[in-house]
Amino acid sequence: MVLQRIIKPKNQRVKRVLEKRQPQVHENTKQAMFIRGGHTSETVTEALKDLYSLKKTDSTMLQKKNILRPFEDMTSLEFFSSKNDASLFMFGSHQKKRPNNLVLGRFFDHHLLDMVELGIDKFKSMAQFKCDKCATGTKPCLLFSGEAFDTDHEYKRLKNMLIDFFRGPTVENIRLAGLEHVLNFTVADGKLYIRSYRILLKKSGSRTPRIELEEMGPSLDLTMRRTKLASADLYKTARKQPKTAKPKKRKNISKDVFGTRLGRIHMEKQDMTKLQTRKMKGLKRKPIAAEDDSETGKKSKTSEPSDEN
Amino acid sequence: MANTIENILAEKGQKFKSIEVEKDLELEIDEGNLLAVDTNPIDIKIFRTNKEKFLSELARDNTQLLLNRIWELPTHRKEDVILAKLPEPKTIIPREKPVPKEKAATKWEKYAALKGIQKSKKSRMVWDETHQEYRPRWGYKRANDDTKDWLIEVPGNADPYEDQFEKRLKAKKERTAKNELQRLCNIARNSKGKVPGVGLTPTEAPSKDHVSKALALAKSSDASLGKFTDKLPKEKAPKNMGKKRKFEPNTGQTKIEIGRQLDILGSIHKKRPAIDVTKATNKMIDAKQRGKNQKTKLPRQNKGRKSEKKTAKSTKKRGGGGMGGSGGKPAGRKPMGKRK
Repeated sequence: MVLQRIIKPKNQRVKRVLEKRQPQVHENTKQAMFIRGGHTSETVTEALKDLYSLKKTDSTMLQKKNILRPFEDMTSLEFFSSKNDASLFMFGSHQKKRPNNLVLGRFFDHHLLDMVELGIDKFKSMAQFKCDKCATGTKPCLLFSGEAFDTDHEYKRLKNMLIDFFRGPTVENIRLAGLEHVLNFTVADGKLYIRSYRILLKKSGSRTPRIELEEMGPSLDLTMRRTKLASADLYKTARKQPKTAKPKKRKNISKDVFGTRLGRIHMEKQDMTKLQTRKMKGLKRKPIAAEDDSETGKKSKTSEPSDEN
Repeated sequence: MANTIENILAEKGQKFKSIEVEKDLELEIDEGNLLAVDTNPIDIKIFRTNKEKFLSELARDNTQLLLNRIWELPTHRKEDVILAKLPEPKTIIPREKPVPKEKAATKWEKYAALKGIQKSKKSRMVWDETHQEYRPRWGYKRANDDTKDWLIEVPGNADPYEDQFEKRLKAKKERTAKNELQRLCNIARNSKGKVPGVGLTPTEAPSKDHVSKALALAKSSDASLGKFTDKLPKEKAPKNMGKKRKFEPNTGQTKIEIGRQLDILGSIHKKRPAIDVTKATNKMIDAKQRGKNQKTKLPRQNKGRKSEKKTAKSTKKRGGGGMGGSGGKPAGRKPMGKRK
């Protein structure tokens, strides 16, 4: 699967890095970049910081200011994407025309796929909620409510993007007690409400616990501004899954209640004419010519046990 | 007895809040992503009265439903921790990078496949005779290392003054260069686009044209791109070397610039239509006749509603026949008076 490069990597370390960055069948968790624009208000910086901390371990905060306008020129953001090997970004800026602006986007093959601009109407940071926070790097539960997420094309894409952004690593197993973070996205009244809660598991008298929630922040009220969504064609190619990624179906092997492995075997139809029934002298099929020889053989056989006796 | 036990159980149940949640439409739950999508419409009136309370209650209910589903998943214990096995995520998320392509086969691999030649694994360690131990086949402290030889026997048929060390080194460099070239050739062969050539590649039977091209290229292959290369007497410029773009200097040469500007001006001037003599004479004649008509038949002209269509037709014909081309139209309007 190694890409053919005209210029060979100079050493093993670089080679390893380049190989890691190449397209893979089973992909890594998407990395997110958090970028500050030329000018950012306090709300925007706080929001970026909070969302960065929620996404931590899969995110990088670019420390310098970057005077960019993503909707006008994407080249520098695409450059950042290839430099950091990150395919998600959140860009914050504050202008007179678009105050408290967040641009949420993602890349495919280091080129822009989707991008949505959201204006922050109301913001409450994590620090303003005086309560315990969940551990960093917890995989959050994602909740989406509101009809727009199901009907409106832009909101549909936004939903997919938010899942992509916040879902964290795809895992096989999850620790039940470790489910402690919920992100709730609601569209109502033409606004997007993002709330973040900590889960408290209470006794319910049954195995499944009763859920109580405690808001831990950040909480954002957002309005959608400009969007730049991928064309249907590009989106389709981006969604294409490799054939090899699907595990091969294991046939005829099953497990029963006790964990014993059972296999089903398919056999040819049995030939009843060749079936061996109970062995008896009289039923023995013998070639007629060889009868005499067999008799002599038997005599010798019978003689042996007599010796033992 | 049974009744009392049931009562106790019921009482115990009431102590805790319920884990049941009722919804009109069931949630779409994707356990693999820990995702729940609530498609129930939101009651805007209730929402507006108290947003925060509404949102937190909605979130609690949906979380409860999601976790109820997750708690139903098969679990197993690992080091005092209960783990639930999540199914594959259902929601399709766009990939980060395109699906990897299979590496194209090299020329050798294609040939080997055709001939049925199979790769055989070579052992990494090889017996070293001089050191009497196993050593790696290549790399640091490799077995049978011929670069460390301090003495090389001169072969019987070789030139005795030839440096055997240098010969060996050169041979090694040639081999690596050949390998690199083959690697690049494989890339070029497997890439779809046309690969740019490298100047002139040697051919078996070079033509005259080929030789002259090679000469021209060689002359311009120095640091100054052939600016200071001397020319032979009576040397001709090479043919078929392709054209190079040439630009005018930005400063100086005002004369040429003035000339160019004047040319532009002239071309603009030329666009003004030249006088069409026949058209002009026709116009003159027309105007004269009209003047005559106005004098003689003025009263009839105003009455002429009835015959207007006819005149229009007749003028068209006349326009086509007599005046020719674009001259017809302006002349055609006049016949109002001309219709005798």
